[in-house]
Amino acid sequence: MSFHWRWDFTWEILPRLMWATVNTLIAAGAGYAIALVLGLILALAQRTGWKPLTLAVREFVEFIRSTPLVLQIFFVFYVGPQFGIRLSPWMSGMIAIGLHYSAYLSEVYRAGIDAVPRGQWEVCRALNMSVRNTYARIIIPQALPPSIAGMGNYLVGIFKDTPMLSVIGVAELMHTANAIGSESYRFLEPYTLVGLIYLAISLPTAGLVRLFEGWVRRKLGL
Amino acid sequence: MDMSAYPLELPEDDRPMVRFMNVTKRYGQLVVLDSLDLDVAEGEMVTVIGPSGSGKTTVLRMLMTLETINGGVIYVDGKPLTHMEKGGVLVPADERHLRRMRSAIGMCFQHFNLFPHMTALQNCMEGPVQVLGLSKQEARQRSEELLTLVGMIDKKDQHPSRLSGGQQQRVAIARALAMRPKVMLFDEVTSALDPEVIGEVTNVIRKLVNEHNLTMLMVTHQMGFAKDISDRICFFFGGRIEEQGPPGQLFGNPQRDRTRQFLSAVKEAD
Amino acid sequence: MPIWEFLETYGTRLASGTLVTCAQFVLSAVIAVVIALLAGLGKLSRNRLIRAISVVYIELFRGTSLLVQLYWIFFVLPLLGITLPKFVAGFVSVGLNVGSYGAELVRGAIQSVPKGQWEAAYALSMSPAKRMRRIILPQAVVIMLPPWGNLLIELLKGTALVALISVTDLMFQARQINASTFLSAQAFGTALVLYYILARFLITPFMRWLERVMARRLGRA
Repeated sequence: MSFHWRWDFTWEILPRLMWATVNTLIAAGAGYAIALVLGLILALAQRTGWKPLTLAVREFVEFIRSTPLVLQIFFVFYVGPQFGIRLSPWMSGMIAIGLHYSAYLSEVYRAGIDAVPRGQWEVCRALNMSVRNTYARIIIPQALPPSIAGMGNYLVGIFKDTPMLSVIGVAELMHTANAIGSESYRFLEPYTLVGLIYLAISLPTAGLVRLFEGWVRRKLGL
Repeated sequence: MDMSAYPLELPEDDRPMVRFMNVTKRYGQLVVLDSLDLDVAEGEMVTVIGPSGSGKTTVLRMLMTLETINGGVIYVDGKPLTHMEKGGVLVPADERHLRRMRSAIGMCFQHFNLFPHMTALQNCMEGPVQVLGLSKQEARQRSEELLTLVGMIDKKDQHPSRLSGGQQQRVAIARALAMRPKVMLFDEVTSALDPEVIGEVTNVIRKLVNEHNLTMLMVTHQMGFAKDISDRICFFFGGRIEEQGPPGQLFGNPQRDRTRQFLSAVKEAD
Repeated sequence: MPIWEFLETYGTRLASGTLVTCAQFVLSAVIAVVIALLAGLGKLSRNRLIRAISVVYIELFRGTSLLVQLYWIFFVLPLLGITLPKFVAGFVSVGLNVGSYGAELVRGAIQSVPKGQWEAAYALSMSPAKRMRRIILPQAVVIMLPPWGNLLIELLKGTALVALISVTDLMFQARQINASTFLSAQAFGTALVLYYILARFLITPFMRWLERVMARRLGRA
């Protein structure tokens, strides 16, 4: 081991890391999809007006948000088998990461919904609209644009948290870099490349999210 | 008053479009409306005036079922609005009953509350299509007629952010009318407007009074306008009707001290 | 195994892990706060070089994962001749990572102090350093404390990763117990609850208290 960058080694491991990048993106995408849906359910569950449910969901969200994701990944992966439910690393990873980020996204949605002026709710009532239509056609379209920045942040966030899936053996970037390191005893190239790949994806994504937000606002005529 | 004292339905010969019967509204300890009795006849235009905190906006909001009431019953077209019949007595209405009854009432708000992500036309079509189940074509026709009525047809494809306050309020009136309500409520619809555009909104309301047989209930600070178009003025004070009567009488020859004080204070401010 | 029996057997190990986690938390929090102030002010500096260094640091650490940073600092830095013991590598990594997020909070808070305050201080001919220290920063601190509360929770969660370079923190102990006993629900469940207690009943109340104290010092109680 020495601090001497070997380009031949770099070219040798790059294809492997690229494949791992694809896996990473799939993991992040799938986890995010789960989080988007589950987060909306958690946000709406807090608005039902039934106090016990609101309190329970609040506490659950707090709990998820204040405990480490890596611990939650272990929990989901190992506790299942103890009760006879065997989940693959991928499956447990997606559940854990999706659940974790759903808690954050529910807060984003909640803030977005709270930002819609009260008068909009009142006029929906005055027009005799159903609760479903009120949410689907009036409230959520208005809650969306201010939520996009937050949603984008957590998209980047979930991407940057995928390395934690390596601890249960999901073959994403970090896991692959670890494997390369332990096979070749070279850590400089794999770990540095992984860092660069993360930079190369997360920096432009943040910019794209901003563009997307502007596009949605224009599209909705806001 | 015992619930059995309220009729399940008003008799044929005594059936105003709107009846507040002994209605009380409280916020915690604070009594906003104290055993209010108020009838509005079909086709009548009633204006509610009074100092702020007198409960006048609450009257409209209760009728729109935006506020629950703590006592009494409100009837619309002879049938209870806030209550429904169960086992021969009136019980507080459930959401389904409210939705059915509410369709007779339309409301315009101080801050317009247009849907910002829809054009003027889409704003007007939203209710007819989604709530009344009209076809897009019918809803469009109806909405365009109403936008013509309020003088906004040439701006029908604009989003609210591109419209002035007066224009937004006129669209909001068209939107409420598109639901074909029997009763229209105007809650301080000119209060958020710049002085120079107030006229375009009051002219629309004037047109409605003259040309359409709508029952209307209005809260306003525009005394001159109220005097011009109302059939009756109700002066609210401290959660009660202090005095009511035709505009000529109430403005020209008020009977109560508080009415006189209020009217002279308003005149000074003008 | 019932939970009380589990706690009786493994309580001391979990407790010692919790202590290590607390130490990691405090040390990395100190690093994060200091570096956030430096980089946050640096990003607003007139000096191009200082600004560039701050921006590169912030983007580098916000753009990559904490775990990547941790492994890089622990496995790659020694090749550069900088060998940190794992305990130090742990809190330094977490501190540097969270500091990059904190820097943006510092910058944002300073920029949201009303312009009139800058102008008033300028009109009193205060030196730039004095203006920042006496007028702007005290107001910026009050603005940024609430988001710092959330960030410190993220920092606590971040310290769980140091277990992956074998720092014997709470996370590490939970894994060890799980590996030797397969009592996963008890081991990981207890650890989750302990982290929750640290976050909800120590860090959050402390930050609320700090917010109150700072607000009072600005006469906004």
